[in-house]
Amino acid sequence: MALKLKAVEYEFVETDPYNKNELLLKTNPVHKKIPVLIHGDRPVCESLVIIQYIDDVWGDGPSILPSDPYQRSLARFWAAYVDDKLLPLFKELKEEKDKDAKKGIIKKMSENFILLEDAFVSCGEGKGFFGGDEVGYVDIVLGCFVGSMRAIEIVMDVKFLDKNTSPGLVAWAERLCADSIVKDVIPTTQKLIDFIAARAQQKA
Amino acid sequence: MGEVKVIGGWFSPFVKRVEMALKMKGVEYEYIEVDVVNKSPLLLQHNPIHKKVPVLLHDGKSIVESAVILEYIDEVWEGPNILPKDPYERAMARFWANFIDEKCAPATRKALWSRGEEREKAVEEATQGLKILESEVKGKKFFGGDQIGYVDIIGCFLAYWFPIVDQVVGLHLFTQDKFPSLCKWADELCDNEFIKECLPDKERLVDRVRGHSQAPRSL
Repeated sequence: MALKLKAVEYEFVETDPYNKNELLLKTNPVHKKIPVLIHGDRPVCESLVIIQYIDDVWGDGPSILPSDPYQRSLARFWAAYVDDKLLPLFKELKEEKDKDAKKGIIKKMSENFILLEDAFVSCGEGKGFFGGDEVGYVDIVLGCFVGSMRAIEIVMDVKFLDKNTSPGLVAWAERLCADSIVKDVIPTTQKLIDFIAARAQQKA
Repeated sequence: MGEVKVIGGWFSPFVKRVEMALKMKGVEYEYIEVDVVNKSPLLLQHNPIHKKVPVLLHDGKSIVESAVILEYIDEVWEGPNILPKDPYERAMARFWANFIDEKCAPATRKALWSRGEEREKAVEEATQGLKILESEVKGKKFFGGDQIGYVDIIGCFLAYWFPIVDQVVGLHLFTQDKFPSLCKWADELCDNEFIKECLPDKERLVDRVRGHSQAPRSL
């Protein structure tokens, strides 16, 4: 998403994170995880680090982070919030087998989304994205999950984003998925549903 | 350049990160000690989401999360760079700061305070993390090179707080034998004038650790 926003051409190398290949182990020996951005012959790891690197290197394109230091600090705060609070709950939800426990996790996630709704209103200043008129850092950091969220909503018959409690985020998600930098990058909902089913079968 | 305040707890390495960065930049600030356990109203007002120290108040605006605050300080005030200017070096600095905060901090905390099998597992994890940092800092004065930088400030709890608690609880993980480069880095860091000014009194810290060893709290 960040590379598309900056109109940077890149080669995508599909890698199975569950069967770590040599390239992954060589370029991310510390964490052994995707994504890895290889620029020239230098790897950069950790998605939030990579996005900021892309913003620093391709400074001529649209900005990913705001230019004002205080707004930047807010963007970094909310990005960290998504990664530290919301993402672990996603992972827990995927691993959890018990239905009641799943409901408990979804309830916690709804509380997070209520806070993110407030963040959306204040960071975006009433505009279409967290970044204002254009997609920005928090839009990318949270927005990358929108596809998976939709797939899980269908598979589990739940709702993460509720029109009543998070109307701003519901509209934001629609807007984001229609944006050209997202449309080509996020897999289709069906592909993600198939992936979830395949993983569940593998684990069973 | 505006009114600057730091809301903190005297013992917190995360608070000290912010003070170190401000001192490096030569920024005058007012320090406000708050009750972090009973969450003073000032803390709840300025950090309603996480309810934690540190909070940086700059002209009434609150910035929270120590890593976020450090980047803010570096962007707002002139003076020595906290983060490198080169984009790749900046990415590396952020990567290592992340590694320290996401992997080493929880693992070392668990290694110090857990018991039995949980402790064994945590010690193994903490050792792995420290070994990786050992090889990263080997041959360098600081993680930032010749000058103290972002990773050194973020990692400061390993240089001062961790060895103290390590000795008090009797874990003896952070030793010269096991981590000679990290120990050398720790000595260099704690000897720096800006860093030294910020470090809490060792005896006071030891008392706090001893007093809380029945009910483990964060460093």
